[in-house]
Amino acid sequence: MSKPKVGFYWCASCGGCEEAIVDLDEAILDVVAAVDVVFWPCAMDFKRSDVEAMKDNEMAVCFINGAVRSDEQLEMVELLRKKAGLVVAFGSCSHEGGIPGLANLYTKAGVLKAAYGNAFSTVNPEYTLPMAEFSFPEGKGTLPTLFETVKSLDQVIDVDYFLPGCPPPVKLIVNAVMAILKGELPEKGAVLAPDMAQCDECPRKDTKPEKLLLKQFYRPFQIQVDHEKCLLAQGLLCLGPVTRQGCNNSCMVGNMPCTGCMGPTSRVRDYGAKALSAIATSLDSNDDAEIVAVMDSIVDPAGTFYRYSLPTSLMHRANVTNGGK
Amino acid sequence: MSTKVTIDPITRLEGHGKIDIFLNNEGSVDHAYLQIPELRGFEQFAVGRPAEDMPQITSRICGVCPTAHHMASTKALDDLYKVEPTRTARLIRELFYMTFFVEDHALHFYYLGGPDFVVGPTAPKAERNILGVLGKVGMEVGLKVITTRKHLREMMTEMGGKVIHPVLGKPGGVAKRMTKEVQEKYAKVARDAVDFGLFSLQVFRDIVLKNSAYVDAIVSDTYTHKTYYMGMVDKNNQMNFYEGDIRVVDPSGKEYCKFPTGKYLDYVAEHVEPWSYMKFCYLKPLGWKGFVDGPDSGIYSVAPLARVNVTEGMPTPHAQEAYAEFFKTLGGRPVHHTLANHWARLIELLYAAERMVELTADPEIIGENILNIPTNTPKEGIGIVEAPRGTLFHHYQSDERGVLTAANLIVATAGNAARTAMSVDKAAKGLIKNGKCDDGVMNMIEMAFRAYDPCHGCATHTLPGSMPLILRMIDPNGNLIEEIRRDT
Ligand code: SF4
Ligand code: SF4
Ligand code: SF4
Repeated sequence: MSKPKVGFYWCASCGGCEEAIVDLDEAILDVVAAVDVVFWPCAMDFKRSDVEAMKDNEMAVCFINGAVRSDEQLEMVELLRKKAGLVVAFGSCSHEGGIPGLANLYTKAGVLKAAYGNAFSTVNPEYTLPMAEFSFPEGKGTLPTLFETVKSLDQVIDVDYFLPGCPPPVKLIVNAVMAILKGELPEKGAVLAPDMAQCDECPRKDTKPEKLLLKQFYRPFQIQVDHEKCLLAQGLLCLGPVTRQGCNNSCMVGNMPCTGCMGPTSRVRDYGAKALSAIATSLDSNDDAEIVAVMDSIVDPAGTFYRYSLPTSLMHRANVTNGGK
Repeated sequence: MSTKVTIDPITRLEGHGKIDIFLNNEGSVDHAYLQIPELRGFEQFAVGRPAEDMPQITSRICGVCPTAHHMASTKALDDLYKVEPTRTARLIRELFYMTFFVEDHALHFYYLGGPDFVVGPTAPKAERNILGVLGKVGMEVGLKVITTRKHLREMMTEMGGKVIHPVLGKPGGVAKRMTKEVQEKYAKVARDAVDFGLFSLQVFRDIVLKNSAYVDAIVSDTYTHKTYYMGMVDKNNQMNFYEGDIRVVDPSGKEYCKFPTGKYLDYVAEHVEPWSYMKFCYLKPLGWKGFVDGPDSGIYSVAPLARVNVTEGMPTPHAQEAYAEFFKTLGGRPVHHTLANHWARLIELLYAAERMVELTADPEIIGENILNIPTNTPKEGIGIVEAPRGTLFHHYQSDERGVLTAANLIVATAGNAARTAMSVDKAAKGLIKNGKCDDGVMNMIEMAFRAYDPCHGCATHTLPGSMPLILRMIDPNGNLIEEIRRDT
């Protein structure tokens, strides 16, 4: 029997998701033995034309990481959707827009200006910008066009499963591949990670009080952080209570609060709204003014609560007048 | 026509490179261009974020080199808050950073650049990858590479929470203490790393230096550019990746300038072209003169070759020996041969490993005091480190709450962007004759940029294999003659 065909692809990615695959170490040899990798640009020489030549659904599964933010990426994921029986959004950029999705707090013009105009070291008096089409002395050239708005994968194509995390934890990658190989799949649209919160498996959970009764929030450099005690109980904004588990509490093991890269559990529609309300209810006050004052000490609510999920939030992006969304 | 290749962490691009080559009537190359197709815009969306989140946010510029961004950013925070990290924190940071250098350089040598040499520049493409390397050097060696990287990355996970996108750095310190138990384990990993460094240099000698065809390629004009070189040095002008001044030497090897972190804007500038999302660095006092090398051009180079060229010696013994051998073999400082980057990289790997041993042995590394709590009002901070791929600059301005109002990031790959573009052009011109180009030639063009280890995560950065690349030959009338692709 022929082995199932598998593809990997990346869009606006930092490469960390690909590096996570390398971190499978020896396990990668098992994966390679069990499947036939038919497309993996960073690792193999198959071409776009090879994908075009495939029959529809010829690939059993294609894993796609990175956010979608250019016409070229969009074309490619549409093509892969046709050729793959299953599409798995791999990593938080693909799942929820990820950190590159923070660009949605700004306009594309602003993004370009910050990079090519205002950047302190850039000397660009004529404000030259990268262009979709341009002329070299010898002839024409092109570049992909960036979209105004950064998108998650399921905002542009139909996605079957999501592998969360920035990048996804190695253990979950192996589990997902094995589940697919054995055909033991959950219902479509599922997130391939335990549907429980970080706190439930946190080594510090015994020190997390029933009622938090917080009076103040601290930023991680403002206090000497206890290595064993619940971080939220120490006044650090740990998003563990509202974040899906599966990363072995990586950040808390590093003595830093969770910032939410695994995204919400299945019971939550909007991660940031949920995180905000969870934090607000852990305050020890019934006085509106006092609550507002404490919440004010969170200097960047949008970037804190929507660090990885702005494009898939109910807002999608900040309101821009020139047609962002 | 354009050659699209790299992704630099800032102008991070999706997955492919493209080299468009213009041919003249005789079938030789008029010009080959290197392009970067995407920008993610960290300079913009850093604005409004708390400064202390930058070490984690900017690590998402690059998942291959997240630790370099994490460290440059953490140092920029020290400067922003004008706070000195405690000595223990300082030791932990440098150790973490050296560990990263060893594993990252190993990744490049064995998985990415190395296959060109170890397996051979024109070997069939199916073999030019880590599996081909294993075939050549044996499975035992291969497992040694895999397990060495694994142990290094386990130690980084222990201290940084995550190895990809760590959470270690804070202004004034680090997040986590090192226990005695971890120190002992770490010390063993460090000693193994030194053995691994010595071993890797021997692999290089046996496979590359003993093969005259490879040596000829290294010193050939096709892979040679006489540019300025930039890198960080300590007060003795010896190599340092974590802190020091930035030294620049001219194409004859003479010191051109040396500046402290805070003065970088006097010396470094970036130029924009409409045909790439990548910016091109040059030396500001010399100005942008276009894609030319030589003493009048402001183009400079960064990364391993540049660093050994600017340093007057290595601070650790084995690395110093390897350094002396390097210049003796290649005819003295500076070395202008692009492919010598691979050799210089291994010398650096050994230095970083030896430094790991020194740092793990320092009793203060397990101290309790890992954070000096910042008390000054933040305003502006600059952090510079040597990333594996070259000098990396982070520069932030903030309001008095430490919320960023502006950010400037010059990634390592931008430091090499102009030279890399020239290298690709020159290699194409040198290798393509009568409009003929096969896979071997194409790989040799790739080698021209792969030597710099440009950080296109999407390019050569991970597993077996080659950079996705499109090579398109266009005749003087603008007609497409041939397209060879290995990409998307
Ligand atoms: S999810 Fe994280 S690791 Fe993956 S591409 Fe996005 S930023 Fe990088
Ligand atoms: S709030 Fe954070 S530190 Fe506390 S138990 Fe939950 S995950 Fe752990
Ligand atoms: S602790 Fe939170 S932020 Fe850290 S890796 Fe896990 S889910 Fe992501």
